[in-house]
Amino acid sequence: MSHWIIFPILLPALMAPILLMSARFDMVLARIFSLATCVALLGVAIRLLVAASDGAVLTYDLGNWPAPFGIVLVLDRLSALMLVLTAVLALLVLLFAIDGDDARGRHFHALYQFQLMGINGAFLTGDFFNLFVFFEVLLIASYGLMVHGGGTNRLKAGVQYVIINLVGSSLFLIAVSMIYSVTGTLNMADLARKVPQVAAGDQALLQMGALLLLLVFSIKAAMVPVHFWLPGTYARAPAPVAALFAIMTKVGAYCIIRLYILAFGADAGDASWLAAPWLLPAALFTLTMGALGVLAARHLGQLAAFAVIASMGVLLATVALFTPASLAAALYYLLHSTLAGATLFLITDLVASRRPGHADALSVAPRFSHLALLAGAFFIAAIAMSGMPPLSGFIGKLLILDAARSHPTAIGFWAMILGTSLLIIIGFGRAGSTLFWKSTGEPDSFPDMPRRNTLSWVSIFALLACTVLLTLFAGPLTRYLDATAAQVFDTGRYTDAVLLPLPQFLDGAEPP
Amino acid sequence: MEFLVASAIGVMAAAGIYLVLRARTYPVVLGLALLTYATNAFIFVSGRLAINAPPIIRDGVTVYTDPLPQALVLTAIVISFGMTAVIVVLSLRSYLESDSDQVDGKPEEIHNENIESIPDGSQGKTTP
Repeated sequence: MSHWIIFPILLPALMAPILLMSARFDMVLARIFSLATCVALLGVAIRLLVAASDGAVLTYDLGNWPAPFGIVLVLDRLSALMLVLTAVLALLVLLFAIDGDDARGRHFHALYQFQLMGINGAFLTGDFFNLFVFFEVLLIASYGLMVHGGGTNRLKAGVQYVIINLVGSSLFLIAVSMIYSVTGTLNMADLARKVPQVAAGDQALLQMGALLLLLVFSIKAAMVPVHFWLPGTYARAPAPVAALFAIMTKVGAYCIIRLYILAFGADAGDASWLAAPWLLPAALFTLTMGALGVLAARHLGQLAAFAVIASMGVLLATVALFTPASLAAALYYLLHSTLAGATLFLITDLVASRRPGHADALSVAPRFSHLALLAGAFFIAAIAMSGMPPLSGFIGKLLILDAARSHPTAIGFWAMILGTSLLIIIGFGRAGSTLFWKSTGEPDSFPDMPRRNTLSWVSIFALLACTVLLTLFAGPLTRYLDATAAQVFDTGRYTDAVLLPLPQFLDGAEPP
Repeated sequence: MEFLVASAIGVMAAAGIYLVLRARTYPVVLGLALLTYATNAFIFVSGRLAINAPPIIRDGVTVYTDPLPQALVLTAIVISFGMTAVIVVLSLRSYLESDSDQVDGKPEEIHNENIESIPDGSQGKTTP
């Protein structure tokens, strides 16, 4: 069993060089290999989900070095869930990319696999310097994917995206070394044991480091005031890349959930619940900015990007309540918002490619081909994203409102979530009626599309079907998520599972 | 020595942040490089400053320096070197495509008073 844990990292890491070397001139071969890897990744992820579903925390010591000395991979319910989400999204988005976008530049599939390797690694690792390395792997692949296909606007957005992430990486390293200088460990489980023992004089350094790390994760999660990179990046990236990037913001959210409950949670002494007073206001502010952005957007791509920011606001505000119930609700919303956000970017691309001259601008234009089908897909995605019944967005927000009921700030929290939902509904309603409804009354029409885009449709409707499945199986899923949240809060079990194999005689010989 | 090292890191980081906030890509790239130098030095000293102390266990030695930050800083140097190369290539490509080296990419702002000192973008496009 144990070797399965490293497969989600190993498989793309092996396939990417093969794609780079053997399949660089043969697009058909590259597509087959890439698709096969994604299917295999989904299989492995489901295998790991089954293995983790009994509540065990499974570990994999790289190089067989015991936990605090070597790097360890940790699989629990939360990381298995994130792996499955990544694999589902990667497979469906790849179907869209195979439909032509991957041929617009070189090495799309190799970069795609490296990106998946970085994302899977970030979800699995139990060591936060290793987390930095996987962040860099996923970022450097994302730089390549971001400018895939080229174009002036895309390159400019790409430069800004790379600059803000390089600054973020420097902050990450500074934060890691601040925490290391006080605790002398890089292992998350070991950190959870050492944080309560940190002397009062070193608390300032420790908490400063931890909050800098929160800032870094907030940059990844696009939280206000460090969200500026997201609208430009997502709206200008190629559609399949923007859709895949929907999981990247969730990597930031995952790291916040993991580290600030495990190491800076209930047992952390002076540093307990360190993130909560900063995270909640920032997340609610993010939600407001996202909703206003949805209302003000002039392009469908921008609208989707701001909807993603708003969904990150909802997600992180719910995480910031730091109760098991709120975490379970937040995880449900995380699954939903990743899939719904990705769908919106793919729909945007199909709309833009059918309206030459207008692209994805929210303007009344002549009728375009497949108008009714696209309008239907947009309608479903918009219902999901804005949180209206009957789809998963509604259930997600319902769970969130229910989880926040006993919190001291419940009334303000409810008002914010419901008020911004109204703004988002108005924004989506306006966009949909301009793009689709008013355009049906136009006398002219754009020429029909020569290409049929079968796979693109499969991809979009499969993503929408996932949203429907999230709704239909909300009962079993929320039971699983409740167990997941309980496991995340049971930090003693996590640290015991990671650190227990340590032989007793090594206890006194830890590095300084 | 602590003061010297700390102030050197501080000055480097401050200069890096100042340059990162500039409007043109070239100073920004230099600023990122300075910022990563400051970061690397910071990682190195996070294991505390110790002089003439070995990092690996030896007979008859009681004072050691922490070897882990030295390993971490190697990783960080390699990654930041690669990332600097990426941003150089990307900003060069962006400059050649848009005739503008502004980070926010507004071409009209190039034509300010000292227009003589700015190379003509169209030449840059044909040379490589």
